[in-house]
Amino acid sequence: MARGTIVVETDRCKGCELCTTVCPQDVLVMSDSFNSRGYKPAVLVDPAGKCTGCGLCAVICPDAVLTVFRLPTVVKTGRASFAISQAVAA
Amino acid sequence: MTLIDLANYDVVYRRPEALTNVQTHYCPGCTHGLIHRLIGEVIDELGIRENTICVAPVGCAVFAYNYFNVDGCEAPHGRAPAMATGIKRVMPDRVVFTYQGDGDLAAIGTNEIIHAAGRGEDLTVIFVNNANYGMTGGQMAPTTLVGQVTTSSPYGRDVELVGMPMRVAELISTIPGASYVVRRSVHNVANINKTKAAIKTAFQVQMAGLGLSMVEVLSSCPTNWHMTPDSALQWIEDAMIPVYPLGDYRVADAVEPLTKRRQPAHQQNGVTGG
Repeated sequence: MARGTIVVETDRCKGCELCTTVCPQDVLVMSDSFNSRGYKPAVLVDPAGKCTGCGLCAVICPDAVLTVFRLPTVVKTGRASFAISQAVAA
Repeated sequence: MTLIDLANYDVVYRRPEALTNVQTHYCPGCTHGLIHRLIGEVIDELGIRENTICVAPVGCAVFAYNYFNVDGCEAPHGRAPAMATGIKRVMPDRVVFTYQGDGDLAAIGTNEIIHAAGRGEDLTVIFVNNANYGMTGGQMAPTTLVGQVTTSSPYGRDVELVGMPMRVAELISTIPGASYVVRRSVHNVANINKTKAAIKTAFQVQMAGLGLSMVEVLSSCPTNWHMTPDSALQWIEDAMIPVYPLGDYRVADAVEPLTKRRQPAHQQNGVTGG
């Protein structure tokens, strides 16, 4: 099974919950706390590592706040380190 | 909370470069943002970000020029195809698209889109149909469904009084100058992907100089429909699609090759699959 993860750009999420309706692994939930705009954003709760990085959440997200990552089946070596801040800023 | 080292991960999806790094003013769950994102992804994939001009409408998408990371301008209400015509004729090497809602394109601007299609202008039109006038508070639009309650049709749309909903894709498809006219929807992931493919084809039609291309997208309006974002998507499927069937309404012969799915690599290389 592929392993993946997502990064939510919390302050731009409007809490519409559409991503939670399409997640096949049910690892996306809505936060209990508010973001700077007063919405309760989506968060990844995935202690068991069930996220496969399928990207369905990113396909349905109306605000393009999700960045999706997937672990390659063959782990590459010598790659430049990829910082979360770069992924979010892009 | 355990932190994951992302160094070993591949990026599967990230926000397209053709969208600016701002929060949109759209309501939570509004699929305007989703359609913006699809256009942004298509512009990135075609590599035309530095060469594209957006013409924004009046309506909910009035600030679209702030959200696309391309050149843009704002047209008077309904006049986006006319303004886009001028831009395209002065700068024929640019990719010009309009982004219009149903109040803009199907009501006040109906004659502009019909004549732009009649002239066969090389434009791409993204027509967002959400069955009401979203920006002004959910009044009845030409595309409002029969019996649909809006703020200006509190007892439901009355056919005796205001007639039947207008099917724009079917209307435009009768005009020879429009070479690619399709209707798509964004109510689930499969249809979102089909919508993106159609938008990409529409841009390619323009780049090939084949005439006007229009993608009508059935979109949700959770706020004015008084629904949750999820149930609004369900309402598109249950109520809107029977009235506005999805499909390809006009694909000119010259456009046909652009709509073909890309062949798998082993077939392109002449290697037969096992």
